[in-house]
Amino acid sequence: MTTTTTTTTAGLYDSEGQEKNYLNHSKGLWSWLTTLDHKRIGVMYMICVLSAFLLGGIFALLVRTEHLTGGETIMSAETYNRVFTLHGAVMVFLFIIPGIPAALGNFVMPIMLGTLDVVFPRLNLMSWYLWMTGGVFFVASLAFGGIDTGWTFYTPYSTTYSPYGPAIICALSGAFILGFSSILTGVNFLATMHMLRAKGMSWFQMPLFCWSLYATAIMQILATPVLAITLLLLIAERTLSIGIFDPSLGGDPVLFQHFFWFYSHPAVYIMILPAMGVVSDVIAVYSHKHIFGYKFIAFSSVAIALLGFLVWGHHLFVSGQSALLGTIFSLITFSIAIPTAIKVFNWLATMYKGSIDLKCAMLYAMSFIWVFSIGGLTGLHCAAIATDVHLHDTYFVVAHFHYVMVGGTVFGFLAGLHHWWPKIFGKMYDEFWGLVAWALVFIGFNLTFFPQFFMGAQGMPRRYWHYEPQFQAYHVASTIGAYMQGLGFVLLAGVLLYSLFAGKKAPRNPWGGTTLEWQTTSPPPLENFPHDEPPIVGDPYDFHAIEYKEELEGYVLVAAPAAHDAERSIVEEIVEGAEADSYGSRGN
Amino acid sequence: MTQAHATTHDAHGHDDHGHAHDPNQAHHFESMEQQVASGKLGMWVFLATEILMFGGLFCAYAVWRARHFEAFEIGHKQLNTLMGFINTLVLIASSFTMAWAVRTAQLNKNKATAVLLALTFLGGCGFMTIKYFEYKAKWDHGIFVGEPWGHWNTFREEAKTELEAEKTATQLAPPTTGTPGLVNALPTPGKTPEGFIGADAAAADAHGHEAEAHAPPAAHGEGHEPAAEGESAHAAAGEHHIDPDDALKARTFFSIYFCMTGLHGLHVLVGMGLIAWIFFRALKGEFTETYNAPVDLVGLYWHLVDLIWIFLFPLLYLIS
Ligand code: HEM
Ligand SMILES: [Cu+2]
Repeated sequence: MTTTTTTTTAGLYDSEGQEKNYLNHSKGLWSWLTTLDHKRIGVMYMICVLSAFLLGGIFALLVRTEHLTGGETIMSAETYNRVFTLHGAVMVFLFIIPGIPAALGNFVMPIMLGTLDVVFPRLNLMSWYLWMTGGVFFVASLAFGGIDTGWTFYTPYSTTYSPYGPAIICALSGAFILGFSSILTGVNFLATMHMLRAKGMSWFQMPLFCWSLYATAIMQILATPVLAITLLLLIAERTLSIGIFDPSLGGDPVLFQHFFWFYSHPAVYIMILPAMGVVSDVIAVYSHKHIFGYKFIAFSSVAIALLGFLVWGHHLFVSGQSALLGTIFSLITFSIAIPTAIKVFNWLATMYKGSIDLKCAMLYAMSFIWVFSIGGLTGLHCAAIATDVHLHDTYFVVAHFHYVMVGGTVFGFLAGLHHWWPKIFGKMYDEFWGLVAWALVFIGFNLTFFPQFFMGAQGMPRRYWHYEPQFQAYHVASTIGAYMQGLGFVLLAGVLLYSLFAGKKAPRNPWGGTTLEWQTTSPPPLENFPHDEPPIVGDPYDFHAIEYKEELEGYVLVAAPAAHDAERSIVEEIVEGAEADSYGSRGN
Repeated sequence: MTQAHATTHDAHGHDDHGHAHDPNQAHHFESMEQQVASGKLGMWVFLATEILMFGGLFCAYAVWRARHFEAFEIGHKQLNTLMGFINTLVLIASSFTMAWAVRTAQLNKNKATAVLLALTFLGGCGFMTIKYFEYKAKWDHGIFVGEPWGHWNTFREEAKTELEAEKTATQLAPPTTGTPGLVNALPTPGKTPEGFIGADAAAADAHGHEAEAHAPPAAHGEGHEPAAEGESAHAAAGEHHIDPDDALKARTFFSIYFCMTGLHGLHVLVGMGLIAWIFFRALKGEFTETYNAPVDLVGLYWHLVDLIWIFLFPLLYLIS
């Protein structure tokens, strides 16, 4: 293993000498649509969720353009309501929730575990088809006039007042189906991590990305069914007037909010935990240093997953919840910041005295830390009841959740996308243009959302079509930022797609990764690892086991990774700190 | 999910363990035991999602029952406890035959497994048939979930007519009806001389026949005429001794009743589909000592469906 290079490995070539991998072992659309290979399913998910991201992005730019002026710029108030609703609904249900687990997780996780596939390959394909079906329902709701309730479907608006009944039912059915797609992914991933870790791989030799997917799976499994029943009840209310949420029939609209947030608050962690997992792995690789506090990061994911179920009431501070309940929810919400902060400090400690490579993936990961911290800290403003009474339903909340969802999840997704792109497609993209795209996205993002904190604190309500002149400067700045981001994303897509045609062939391990997916070829063969090279399991962050080889332009394994768990004693951490000091003196 | 990974099975010779593979073992598992354990874990986790989904409904039930107890009190009297009870027995029996089928499958007795699965399937059929008559009876009286399809005014009119009919039939002094709009207008003993609904099988039977005399449900919207000859049967069954003014309140109860039993009924149908599938596989003799996971997993699912009913029955039929 230590001396083989890709060119001498047997069994990887077909009779014509062409390299065999999961991409070319069979051809044609049909072979993709019926594939049970987790890698292909991951790629199909990637194409789909990124298309959804594009659609949601177009809606976002329309919203921002409308806000260039306080009155009508390009659309009427009614149209505006539908555009912002679809923006939110598409981004949340079609992109951000499935995004990292279903696209990147599907591809990478089984390889990281050194196994052949997920536990239930058919279920995996089925969840992709469910995603597609849900997506069709969402798009079809446009044909019925579009929904205008906001992505939260709040009653009594969705049950009584919104004129777009059929569109609402269509979108609710879509969200219901997407929920099942998410549940099946969760069941599959959780069982895979329990059952299919490579021989000899302990729980604490799983990469942190897997741990985050594990925590995510818990939430997908326990929270999503409640959303499913809520949506069914809402459909029944709208079509049959069962009277559960409609006060005129004895129902309670706030009950809907409880049901909805019982799912949707955990859902925000379904969105962010996988991104945190990506960032944990990326930070270690580009700092070329063992992850700091492995168990803390792993267990804080699980802690977030469990605590995340107990805080939904912070969305109902002004919905007529009792003061006692509000206080309890407020306190638990504060406490969830603790495991979150634990992660942030561990990432910083990992980078400390590492030899940091400012590659695209690392830049996205570092921006994640910065931007997500802003998002998390402003979450605390919202979690304090007295402030939230003022901030609720203003642009402050809009800015808060975009900082965590775009700055957090989307940046995490992009970090992972750049990190694993050479592995997935076997091509290197252009770092320089990747950096330019990153700069546009990063600056554009902050320009878009930072002004919204000010606007919101000054009282600009969210979801309003009209606004007072005093807010115009902020809105215009925000819109310019949005265009800049849009440009950045287009450039980013261009850089990555161009690499597919003109990129250099990727080595097995271009970045110096130590998890198992970097031991196999890029792209991996159908069976994930070459026949004669089963993965070598050990501490997933043992950077002493790899070495850079100039002639391969990549790293190779030079020793078996240390056989112990990834968690190390504080002594080891300090010793490595001292070693890192000596790197530092080499003038890094 | 339990079968071989079709597209890649051949491409990959995972033959380094030196023992012959069970043809049912998918290529990404190391051993049959691992495959079985995986399937079980997956099924248990899936059952957890089912419980949470019904959990939402139980929550809604709790909230409503706390807020509108009188609606539950009034509404549940319209249900036929006997039928509910029989259905409970039917499901418990089918759970028993299912568990037995799991055992025979493990013992490689495919014939016995097939017979037991057929019995389980019949249990499911029985349950759905009884449920059908219960639903039909409600539907015929304008009781259905919600507004457009439930004909609550028809229901109220019918209750009125019945009350009149009964008064003349029994020549009793008019019973003291509850004050209109009184919140806890519980039926007084005078109003329900026969006691609980459907307390005897004959009543249920009479009801079943009577149901056929009614217009088909689709025509219901055009106006429902209380079928004169059916009235005495009703009076005998004591089913509609309800204050007409309370009729509307029952609607709240029936919303949750139809949501809960409807979702449960769908699960029974899915379970029956699964049972039919493994029934045919058992007929073909596919199960062995090592390969019987499908029977096991379907069994788990079927037990959960039964279990949910065990909770639904007292919550919906036995309120006091
Ligand atoms: C330290 C962690 C966090 C805290 C303390 C926190 C706190 C809060 C609070 C109190 C609100 C309600 C504000 C209001 O409506 O008045 C809120 C809204 C929101 N948060 Fe967070 N949050 C945190 C992290 C996250 C994360 C990680 C995400 C998603 C990735 C997220 C997404 C959202 C969304 C989408 C909303 C608004 C939902 C809506 O009304 O449409 N939050 N957050
Ligand atoms: Cu929340």
